[in-house]
Amino acid sequence: MTALAALTEVEVDYAGRRALGPFTLALEPGEIVALVGPSGCGKSTALRLLAGLEEPTRGQVSRTPGRGETAVVFQAPTLMPWASAQANVALPLELAGVAGGEARARAASALERVGLGEAFRLKPAQLSGGMAMRVSLARALVTEPKLLLLDEPFAALDEISRRALADDVLALWQGAKPAIVFVTHNVEEAVYMAARVVVMSAGPGRIAGETPIDAPLPRPAGFRTTEAFRAAAEKVSADLDHGMAGAAANRRGAAA
Amino acid sequence: MSRALHLLAPWALVATILVVWQAGCALSHVPVFLLPAPTDIGAALAVGWPALLKAALNTLVMSLEAWVVALLVATPLAMLTALSPLIERALAPIAATLQVTPIVAIAPLFVIWAGLDHPERAITVLAAIVAFFPIFSGAVTGLASADRDLERLFDLYGATRLQRLIRLRLPSAVPFWLEGAKVAVGLAIVGAVVAEFVAGSGGSQGLAWRILESSHQLRTADMFAALLVLAILGAAVNAGVRRLEQTLLKTWRGR
Repeated sequence: MTALAALTEVEVDYAGRRALGPFTLALEPGEIVALVGPSGCGKSTALRLLAGLEEPTRGQVSRTPGRGETAVVFQAPTLMPWASAQANVALPLELAGVAGGEARARAASALERVGLGEAFRLKPAQLSGGMAMRVSLARALVTEPKLLLLDEPFAALDEISRRALADDVLALWQGAKPAIVFVTHNVEEAVYMAARVVVMSAGPGRIAGETPIDAPLPRPAGFRTTEAFRAAAEKVSADLDHGMAGAAANRRGAAA
Repeated sequence: MSRALHLLAPWALVATILVVWQAGCALSHVPVFLLPAPTDIGAALAVGWPALLKAALNTLVMSLEAWVVALLVATPLAMLTALSPLIERALAPIAATLQVTPIVAIAPLFVIWAGLDHPERAITVLAAIVAFFPIFSGAVTGLASADRDLERLFDLYGATRLQRLIRLRLPSAVPFWLEGAKVAVGLAIVGAVVAEFVAGSGGSQGLAWRILESSHQLRTADMFAALLVLAILGAAVNAGVRRLEQTLLKTWRGR
């Protein structure tokens, strides 16, 4: 299979300081990859490179999805506060020139899919945090993207909402099977949702380890209590410790 | 109990000041042209209210006209600056210079331009200049205030410059623009009064003229009466526009 999108030996500098790289990641169509790492390791930068929102300082980015075939969900719901849920979801379609009536109909059905069919008229201030995140998810899905990028989408939510949304994302993924890259701080969430967990080390961000998760997607009930889950989570945690120790050594080296 | 106290506190203070004022005037026998007692002011108000009301209406009309003119000029100009950084760059020094020029200093010029028979035109323009800045800078700030991730989203979906202005920047600017408009209405009243002082002719029969006239004739109680009406006018207009702002904001964000 050819890669849907790939970062090859990319490096990103901000104000002369290396923030990311060298970093390489290839993404197969329909694959779910989790990027895990400490704060400031360049996870979000990697995501913006994949989205085409940013250019690397060095290295190559290849992307096959065209305009409108990539969608991003940010850490905050990032909704337009003045617009209804339906108008928010319809935005990507309207920007692409889809006629108003059709855009609204498709937005309504996308809201239906994330369980917010009733809330289409409400504005963001009238939604709970979890509901707003679902609207954001519906907006990402409404264009039926080939590549879905999630930047710590559940970070601001409580544990119960997080789990519900994780299951929702996997259920929605089953439909059109977009490739998903999601950034998270949460090892358990990464193992639960991804087919492959990539751990990054900090300062600058590099790959500290990769763990394939051998279990069908969406996950079977009770997956969180299985031995396979525990083993994978331990491996990811070990990679994370390793990456952080390496970063600390780098800092000491740089200071000396 | 504490709520009632909170509501009563300002009235109680005003009442105390009036009582002390009245007693002070009665005991010290200050001449009435120097400091009239509250009862003198009340009497002036009772006699002069039809003329004062008419003058207040004139001031109100000039201020509101100026406010509307300022809204109509400042808003599109702010939008132009959002469309082109070059226009913003070209406008910025002029706007800044005009803003620091005292209205009193340029008023005589406008009085001449408007024609000595039409001081109310000069007053409206001067008040509009004062009201222009909060609206303009509010709108410019607001137009640049869109959420950065929303901007990225518009990048991602390849939005055109016009789409971005209409669908993102304009709606994002609304709360800032409303705040500017609210500040501007108070400034428009101040501007109208100051400009009328400078115009200094009976051709414009606003409250400032009433104050000037009373002052020339040493009718201090009448001056106080006009000041009181001016204060009430300002407070009422401010309250009205604040109410309007809150209603519009509620509609904007849905609650």
